[in-house]
Amino acid sequence: MVDIWNGLSQAFWLMVTLDSELVEISLRSLRVTFTALLIASGIALPLAAFLAVRRFRWRRGIIALLNALMGLPPVVVGLVVYVILSRSGPLGVLGLLFTPTAMIIAQTVIIVPLIASVAHQSIRELWAEYHDLLISMNVTEGQKIRTLLWDSRRALLTAALAGFGRAIGEVGAIMIVGGNIDHATRVLTTAIALETGKGDFGLALALGFVLIGLAVAVNLSIHWLGRTERGDRW
Amino acid sequence: MSRLLPLVAEAAVSRRGGRTLVGPVDLRIDGPGITVLIGPNGAGKTSLLNLLHGTARLASGRIDWACPIEDARHAQAFVFQRPVMLRRSVVENLAYPLRIRGVPRSEAMPRAEAAAHRVGLGEMLGRHAPRLSGGEQQKLALARALIIEPDVLFLDEPCASLDGRAMREIEGILLQARGSGKRLILSTHDMGQARRLADDVLFLLRGGVHERGPAETFFTRPETPQARAFLQGDIVE
Repeated sequence: MVDIWNGLSQAFWLMVTLDSELVEISLRSLRVTFTALLIASGIALPLAAFLAVRRFRWRRGIIALLNALMGLPPVVVGLVVYVILSRSGPLGVLGLLFTPTAMIIAQTVIIVPLIASVAHQSIRELWAEYHDLLISMNVTEGQKIRTLLWDSRRALLTAALAGFGRAIGEVGAIMIVGGNIDHATRVLTTAIALETGKGDFGLALALGFVLIGLAVAVNLSIHWLGRTERGDRW
Repeated sequence: MSRLLPLVAEAAVSRRGGRTLVGPVDLRIDGPGITVLIGPNGAGKTSLLNLLHGTARLASGRIDWACPIEDARHAQAFVFQRPVMLRRSVVENLAYPLRIRGVPRSEAMPRAEAAAHRVGLGEMLGRHAPRLSGGEQQKLALARALIIEPDVLFLDEPCASLDGRAMREIEGILLQARGSGKRLILSTHDMGQARRLADDVLFLLRGGVHERGPAETFFTRPETPQARAFLQGDIVE
């Protein structure tokens, strides 16, 4: 109990004094996760719409695979990305290991299946509703996909937020590929793991509360920007 | 005169899962006017509309328009029994068919607004379309189908489950569309509506055209006993 109280007060002081190290790793956390989220959404959302409107041989298999990969263990993703990016790996020449870019790659791999699965679910429902109309209007495949993405944007926002939640709180993969290097690849989650290992529970808890606060703040502001739960909308 | 018509079907058949939904059907439709499809449930009215519109696959036979099929697909529209509303505002719904045809937004929006005013939805431009009442939704669907100035408009029981006032408004729009030289092909269960609108009638029974003719002769002197019974309100199977 003392630890939690201690952590809360320490978090409070770290924040009101805008502790430079805290600000640095918080911003890095946000930058890495938002970049990963942007790339992952760019891949996952069109993929989800494509899987909803197009009938081809491996469609069911791909959907089942995406659903299964939602539970992809981050540590394993980290390991695989590590092996690929390491000096002797196929992409070793790029020298990306232990950089924020490597962390972005790992997080993207982790959240693409999650975003695609959740998005596919809602796009499929919308497609069932729109199917007859869009077929009758003779729209092209690209127009279909754009229409579905646009008209289900609120559900897609939820999918993206789920991806954000998974990425910002993730530690296993980015610890492996980032290496938790001070001033280079240290982010909130890896710092928490480090401080816990050192026995500095107060600081670890403080960082934890900052992380939770950050996640809540991002979700709230995106909901507010998206004007969900308000007025004539659903 | 329309560049799309005449529409000629020869022994056209629609099947699904080995079951014949409708056909073989021979017909020829030309010039402006309203063709009304009547018949009991399961007679193939919806299937025939889908087949002619091209949303159901032609299993055998031929359906020919006076122009290439790709042009024909763009010059026709379909109104469903249960209107499909895009999850957008009323005016966005109306602009959608124009936008997918590449009409720039600056031109599409005023046209959409004008179309909304024509069907009495001018006060609801910004409303979320799925929130409209049933009658308003069907009017919106109709205006959305008409906004591309189709030569042929298919309607599948457009007034099912609407009350008298909404029905009168919709029939008014339909008659106006006929007046502007369009061909309407409409199915209905409402014999009153069939009598009010029809120029010619197709009476469908068990997946085939059982009797056809101009409205005045069909309604006054039906030739087959089944059509006579159906018009009297007897149950025909």
